[in-house]
Amino acid sequence: MMASSYNAKEEDGHHSGSSSHGGPGAIKSKKPDNTAFKQQRLPAWQPILTAGTVLPAFFVIGLIFIPIGIGLFVTSNNIKEFEIDYTGVEIDSPCYICAKNFSWNSTTSCVCSVNFTLDQPFESNVYMYYGLSNFYQNHRRYVKSRDDSQLNGVESNLKQPSKECEPYRTSDGLPIAPCGAIANSLFNDTLELFHINQNGTKQRVNVTKKGIAWWTDKHVKFRNPGGSSNLSVAFQGTAKPVNWRKAVYDLDPEDPENNGFINEDFIVWMRTAALPTFRKLYRIIQKKPNSTPTLSSGRYVMEITYNYPVLSFDGRKRMILSTISWMGGKNPFLGIAYITVGSICFFLGVVLLVIHHKYDTRTNSAEIPN
Amino acid sequence: MGVDFSALRTLINRYCAGEENWVDSRTVYIGHKEPPPGADAFIQQRFPDNRVVSSKYTFWNFIPKNMFEQFRRVANFYFLIIFLVQLIIDTPTSPVTSGLPLFFVIIVTAIKQGYEDWLRHKADKAVNQCPVSVIQRGKKIKKESFRITVGDVVFVKEDETFACDLILLSSSRDDGTCFVTTASLDGESSHKTYYAVQDTKAFRTEEEVDSIHATIECEQPQPDLYKFVGRINIYMDNEAVARPLGSENVLLRGATLKNTEFIYAVAIYTGMETKMALNYQSKSQKRSAVEKSMNSYLVVYLCILISKALINTVLKYIWQADPNKDEPWYNERTEAQRQRHILIRAFTDFLAFMVLFNYIIPVSMYVTVEMQKFLGSYFIMWDDDMYDEELGEGAVVNTSDLNEELGQVEYVFTDKTGTLTENNMEFIECCVDGHVYVPDAICNGQVLSGAAAMDMIDTSPGPGGREREELFFRALCLCHTVQVKEEETVDGIKHGIHQGKSASFYISSSPDEVALVEGMKKLGFTYLRLKDGQMEILNREDEIERFELLEVLSFDSVRRRMSVIVRAASGDIFLFCKGADSSILPRVISGKVDEVKARVEHNAVEGLRTLCVAYRPLSPEQHQEVCRLLSGAKLALQDRDKRLSEAYELVEKDLILLGATAVEDRLQEQAADTIESLHKAGMKVWVLTGDKMETAAATCYASRLFRRNTQILELTTKRVEEQNLHDVLFDLSRTVLRHHGSMTRDNCSSLSNDCTDYGLIIDGATLSAVMRPPQEDLNSGSYKEIFLEICRNCSAVLCCRMAPLQKAQIVKMIKASKEHPITLAIGDGANDVSMILEAHVGIGIMGKEGRQAVRNSDYAIPKFKHLKKMLLVHGHYYYIRISELVQYFFYKNVCFIFPQFLYQFFCGFSQQPLYDTAYLTLYNISFTSLPILVYSLMEQHINMDILKKDPSLYKDVAKNSLLRWPTFIYWTVLGVYNAIVMFFGTYFLFDNTTFTSNGQMFGNWTFGTLVFTVLVFTVTFKLVLDTHYWTWINHFVIWGSLVFFVLFSLLWGGIIWPFLNYQRMYYVFMQMLSSGPAWLSIILLITASLLPDVVKKVIWRALWPTITERIQVNAGSFHVLAFLHRFRAMKRFERAPASPCSDSLLDGVALTEA
Repeated sequence: MMASSYNAKEEDGHHSGSSSHGGPGAIKSKKPDNTAFKQQRLPAWQPILTAGTVLPAFFVIGLIFIPIGIGLFVTSNNIKEFEIDYTGVEIDSPCYICAKNFSWNSTTSCVCSVNFTLDQPFESNVYMYYGLSNFYQNHRRYVKSRDDSQLNGVESNLKQPSKECEPYRTSDGLPIAPCGAIANSLFNDTLELFHINQNGTKQRVNVTKKGIAWWTDKHVKFRNPGGSSNLSVAFQGTAKPVNWRKAVYDLDPEDPENNGFINEDFIVWMRTAALPTFRKLYRIIQKKPNSTPTLSSGRYVMEITYNYPVLSFDGRKRMILSTISWMGGKNPFLGIAYITVGSICFFLGVVLLVIHHKYDTRTNSAEIPN
Repeated sequence: MGVDFSALRTLINRYCAGEENWVDSRTVYIGHKEPPPGADAFIQQRFPDNRVVSSKYTFWNFIPKNMFEQFRRVANFYFLIIFLVQLIIDTPTSPVTSGLPLFFVIIVTAIKQGYEDWLRHKADKAVNQCPVSVIQRGKKIKKESFRITVGDVVFVKEDETFACDLILLSSSRDDGTCFVTTASLDGESSHKTYYAVQDTKAFRTEEEVDSIHATIECEQPQPDLYKFVGRINIYMDNEAVARPLGSENVLLRGATLKNTEFIYAVAIYTGMETKMALNYQSKSQKRSAVEKSMNSYLVVYLCILISKALINTVLKYIWQADPNKDEPWYNERTEAQRQRHILIRAFTDFLAFMVLFNYIIPVSMYVTVEMQKFLGSYFIMWDDDMYDEELGEGAVVNTSDLNEELGQVEYVFTDKTGTLTENNMEFIECCVDGHVYVPDAICNGQVLSGAAAMDMIDTSPGPGGREREELFFRALCLCHTVQVKEEETVDGIKHGIHQGKSASFYISSSPDEVALVEGMKKLGFTYLRLKDGQMEILNREDEIERFELLEVLSFDSVRRRMSVIVRAASGDIFLFCKGADSSILPRVISGKVDEVKARVEHNAVEGLRTLCVAYRPLSPEQHQEVCRLLSGAKLALQDRDKRLSEAYELVEKDLILLGATAVEDRLQEQAADTIESLHKAGMKVWVLTGDKMETAAATCYASRLFRRNTQILELTTKRVEEQNLHDVLFDLSRTVLRHHGSMTRDNCSSLSNDCTDYGLIIDGATLSAVMRPPQEDLNSGSYKEIFLEICRNCSAVLCCRMAPLQKAQIVKMIKASKEHPITLAIGDGANDVSMILEAHVGIGIMGKEGRQAVRNSDYAIPKFKHLKKMLLVHGHYYYIRISELVQYFFYKNVCFIFPQFLYQFFCGFSQQPLYDTAYLTLYNISFTSLPILVYSLMEQHINMDILKKDPSLYKDVAKNSLLRWPTFIYWTVLGVYNAIVMFFGTYFLFDNTTFTSNGQMFGNWTFGTLVFTVLVFTVTFKLVLDTHYWTWINHFVIWGSLVFFVLFSLLWGGIIWPFLNYQRMYYVFMQMLSSGPAWLSIILLITASLLPDVVKKVIWRALWPTITERIQVNAGSFHVLAFLHRFRAMKRFERAPASPCSDSLLDGVALTEA
C-alpha cells in the first residue's frame, strides 16, 4: 500500500534484454568508496540529555522566565482599561429602546447615550475599541465571503465579483461593491465620547481615525478602483451592500484618503477576528501635549448611533477604552504563564538535582556487562 | 499484451483441446515437417512467436494502466478520494493542498516506472530484433529473433546466446555435447555440459540437419529451470525411434554457448513460454514488522480521524439547532445551499471535516518511508566492512523494504556447508577396508598406507588388498560428473589443479567431487577426460586406462548418492556408487563394513565430510536388465522423476563396500565469533544441514554454537528407535522445563555463562515424524507443540539430514509458533532457497554453489561473518531510525491537526481551517520533512564499534520494542499535549485584547500563523532533542528548514500574489513578528511544549536507564577522545588523500582503544 515505489528491486534484473546490465560475472570495481559519508563515519557531535546537562538549563530558564513574567505581569496590571456594554438587553439600559425597535428599513437612525464614570485618569494615548460577542467572524462561510481582488481595485472584479461572495454578490442585477458577507455586515454604529465638565457641559473628546488599520492594508492591500479620481464615478454600475445605509464611496466623504475601500473602519472590519468574542480598534485619543491626562477621571457620556443589531443572535456590543504598553493591552496571561513555566523549570531543576545526586553515582558505578 | 495472450492460449489449450493427452504435452515438428502418415495423428497446436515482452506498458495504455496500478494501492486511493471530495464538495481547504503532494508522488512514480519500462522496451526490441540463423530448406537464413517459431532449426555459434528454449540436435563436437554457461539465468558461471540425442548427433551440416525427420513430444512449458521431460521420435526408414529427452538436452534461453564451435538445435518453447520468461514472476513481497505496526497505527489514526469528523459533525448540528446561530443575518446561506436536504448537508459536512483533518494521515509519510528505505539501503551496499576482496563484491540489497527487520531477528537459520564453512573442500584421507591413506604421505609415487599414529588394524595390505585399493581409486576416478577444462578456454570461477603445471582444471557443480578427484590425483590416479563416452584415467604406472561410460545415475539430495556404470577395457561391467554412509551402508552386502564404519564415524566427529564408496560387478544379463529399467524410466513422459528414482533404487543394491573418504570443509573465518555474537544478541541460531549428524555436530562445536557446558538433547532416529517418539519428547520437555521452573528465563539469558543451556539435535526423519499432522489417537496431536516448547528453551538447535523442503518447513513452523518470532535464513546454495524465501529475512551468501540463493534472497553478503555487522549494526540502526521516523510522523501530524480540531469549537464548527493553504500544503512536504528524513538516514544512537563489540545491545530493540503500544500512546499523548499548549496558549494571548504596541488588532490568520510558527519550531526541536548524532548534514537540514520556513513566510506574506484570489496572508507574518509579546509567547509555548518530553527523558534515563542509555553515558566520556582522534584523522586525510585506508583503520583503532 505504498504511495510510491522507490523500489530498486522491481524485477529489473533478469530479463533477456538485460545482458547490458552486466551479469553477475562482470567484474567491475565494486569496491565501495571509503568515504566518511558512505561508511557512516562522518564526524559528529553526540550530545546526551542527562540530568547533569539539563540541570543548568532548567535553572537558567527558571531564572530568566520568572523575571520576564513578573515584568509582563506588572506591565499588564499598570494598563488601564475601561469597558462598557451598551447592547441594551436590560430594560433599564439606555439603548434598550433602540435595540428593541431596530428595523433594517427605518430611515432615521436611533440614538442613545450611555453615561459612565472613569475613576482614574488615563495617561498617554487611549485606544477606543468596540467589542462584539458571539459574533462568528471566523465562520468559514463568512471568512471566505470576500473578493480581495475587488478590494485591491481590480476593475474586472469590481464588475464581476468572485463567486465566493454569494449570496452577497449581486443586488438587483448589479454587482455589489464591496461584495461578500464580511463587507455587508460592516459595523456601523457611531460612537462619540463626551466629557462632562464640572459645570455639566458636554465637551467632545477629540479622536483620530487614522492609524487604526495596518499600514500595509491601507496602502497596498486595499485600493480604490480607477485611481484617485471621483469615487462615485469609479463605483458606477455597482450596488451598495444590501445592509449598508450608504454607498461605499460615502463612507467618509470628507476625507478622500479615508473613503471607499481604503476607509480604515472598513479595513479594520475586513480583518476577520480569530474568535467569536473580539474587539476592534475604533478610534485613538491622542495624548495631549500638555501634562494633563488624556482622559481625566470624571463623568463621561457616550452617544451611540445605534445601527447594528446583535440581539437576534444573542450578541453583545461593548465599548472599551484602554491604554497600551509595549506589550499591547491588558492581558495578564503571558505574565502568569511565564512565571508558571519559570517556576516549574526551577522546581524541576531542584528535583533533577536530587535525582542526579542520588542516582547518577549508581549509574556510573554500575559496570556495563561487556 | 503478449503475456496475457500466451497465458490465455495455454489455458485454452489446456481446457479445450479435446484429448487428455494434449493437456500436458506438446508436439513439435522439427523443421516443420509433418510426421509420416503412419504415425499417430497429431493435432497441430499453435505456439506464440519468439517475441519477448518484458515491458508492462505500451505507449497507448501507459497512462490508464499506470494510474490504475498506482491507485490500486490503498494509501494512494485514500488520498485520491480525499482529493476528489475536495473537488466536488465545498471544502475548507483547496484541493491543491492534497492534490499537489499526491500528484507529485504519482507523477514521480509514473516517470520512474515509465522510464524503466522504456528501458525494457528498448531491451526487448534489441532482443527481439537480434539476428538469428535459422535453417530453411537446407540453407542458413538470417531472421530476426522474434520470428523464430516452434519447430525451427536454429544454428548457434560459440559465445552466442540462445534465443529460445532449444533441444540440442548436434554440435561441432563429435560426441554431440556442448558447453553452456547459465550465468545470466542462475548466476552459475561454471560450464555445464549438454548432450545431443545419440541418433541426431551425426547431422552436422545444414543439409543434413534439414533432413532430420522427427517430432518432439514434451511437456507444456513450466518454470522449473532444471526440469524437463520429453521424447523425440525419429523417423528413419519409416521406422520411428523414440528417445528420451531430459534437462540435459535442453538449452535454455539466456544461456550462452561456450567452448563449442557451433550447434544445431530445434526450438521448443518460444517467446513468453520460455523457461526464463516464465521465471519473470517476482517473488511475493515480504513485509517487515515495522510496516505491520505502521499499518495498525494507521488504522488507529483513521479511527481518530473518523471520530473527530463525526464528533464535529454532530456538534455542528447541535450548535446549529438555533437558527440565529446557524444563519445569522450577517452570514446567510445561498439559496442553493438552503435547499439542499439536511442529510446531504450533514454528509457533506462530515466529508468536509474529513478533508480538514485528513492531514493526520500524511501522504508524505509513505514517500519518506520509501525514500528512507531506498536511500538507506545504499549505506548497506556501500559498507566497506562487508566488502570481500577475494570475491570483489560487497553486500547486495535486493529488497530495501526489510532494512529494519534486520534489527528484529530472533531466530537465525543457517545452512552449514558454504555458509558456516568455506565450502572449500580439501581431500584429507581415504580408507580402504580399514587402511588409511593420506595423500601427503606419497613417496616416489608409492602410497604409504596411513600414518603410523593411525589406530588401524594392520598397515600392510596383502595382494588382495592391493587390488581392492586400486579398485577403490578407480572407482573414485570414475564415479563423478567432473569435467576437465583446458586452461586457455576457461573463464569464470576456477577450481584449479595448479600444482604439477597441469594445463587443465576440474570443474564440477559439487566441490566435494573436485576435491576427491584431485585427491585421487595425488594418490596416483589422474582422471584425464571423457572422450567419446570413454573415461580416461592415468594410473600409477602412467598408463592410460579407458572405461566406457554406460550410465550416470546422477546425484540427488533424496537418495544422497550417485552411481556410474562403466565397462572396463576387459569387458567387465561395474557399477560404482558413492554417497553418504547412511544411504550406502544399508545397501551393502559385503565388505569390511565395521572397520569402515568406525573410521567414518571417527572422521565425522572430527568435522570431516565423509562419503562411502561401493561397487557392484554387473554381469551382461544384469546390465541388460539395468538398461531396460533405466531407459524405461527415462522414456516416461509422466512421473519420470518418480520412476527414475524407483529404477535407481532397484539398480543400486547388493553393493560391495570399498571404503570411505574424508574431505575437510574449513570453517569460514570468524564464523565462531559471529555465532557467539548472535547468541549474545539474544538470537537463537539453528543450523539446518543435509550433512550427517556427527559432522554437523562437530562443526557446531567448532563454531561455538554448542559449548562445552551445553547440555545436548538428542532427538534422533536412533533414540526414537529405542524409546518411542512420544516418550522421548516428553522426557526432553521435562528435562528442559524442570530446569526453567527453578530458574527464571531472564535470569538465565543475562547470565548465560553460569547456567547450563541446552542444545538440541534432531534429524530429518524424526523431524518429519514430529511434524506429521496429528493422527486420530490422542497423544500425537501435541507433538509439534511439545517440540516447539523444547526448541524455545534451547539456545541452539542443530537439524541434520534435512531435505531442502524440510528446511522451509522448520522456518514456517517457527514463524507460525505463538510468539510469531522474526526469522532469518541464511544460506548459499540452491537447497537453501526454499528457506530463504520462507523466512522473514532471507540472506544469500555469495558462495561457490552458484547464485541461486543470492538471487532469491533479500540481502546478499559475501561471507557469513558479515552477518554480524548486517544485523548488529545496520539492522539495529535501521530499526531505531525507522521506528523514530514512523512515530515522529504521526506525532508531528497530531500536533499539526489537533489545533484545527480545537479551533472548530470556536468557529461554530464551520470547518474553518486554522492555517493558510500554503502552510497546510507545505508543512509535511518541506517545513518538517527533510530533518526527519536525514535523521532516519544518519542517526547513530550508539557508535557502531560499540554495537559490534557489545551484541547484547541488540536485545534492547528486540520484539519491536520501540513500536509497542505504550510508546505509540506516549507519542500521541505528547502530540495532543503540544497541540493543546500551542492552541490555548495562543488563544489566551488573543483573548479579547491586543498585543501590539500600536493598539491594532490581529485577525484569525495571525492566530493560525502564530500557532503554526510555534508548531514548526516545536516539532523540529523535538527532533533536535532526539538526535544523538549531529553531523554537518543534520545541522544543515534542521536549521535550514527552520530558516526556510521563516524565509518562506516572509516571502509568502510579502507580496500581493497576482495568481491568488485571496491575499489573506499579506504581511500577517511580518506584523506578527513586529509584536514583542508574539515573540515572547513563541518562546514560552515552545518551552512549555518540550518541557515534559525533556523531563521524561532525563528522569527515565536517571532512574530506569536502558543498556543503550548507559552505554551512551559511558561512551560520552571517552567519546571526546575518539572524536579528537577522528578529527586528527580527518585532517590527515585532507593532507594525504592517497592513504584513506590507513586513516579509517586508525579511526577504528582510536575507537577501540578508547
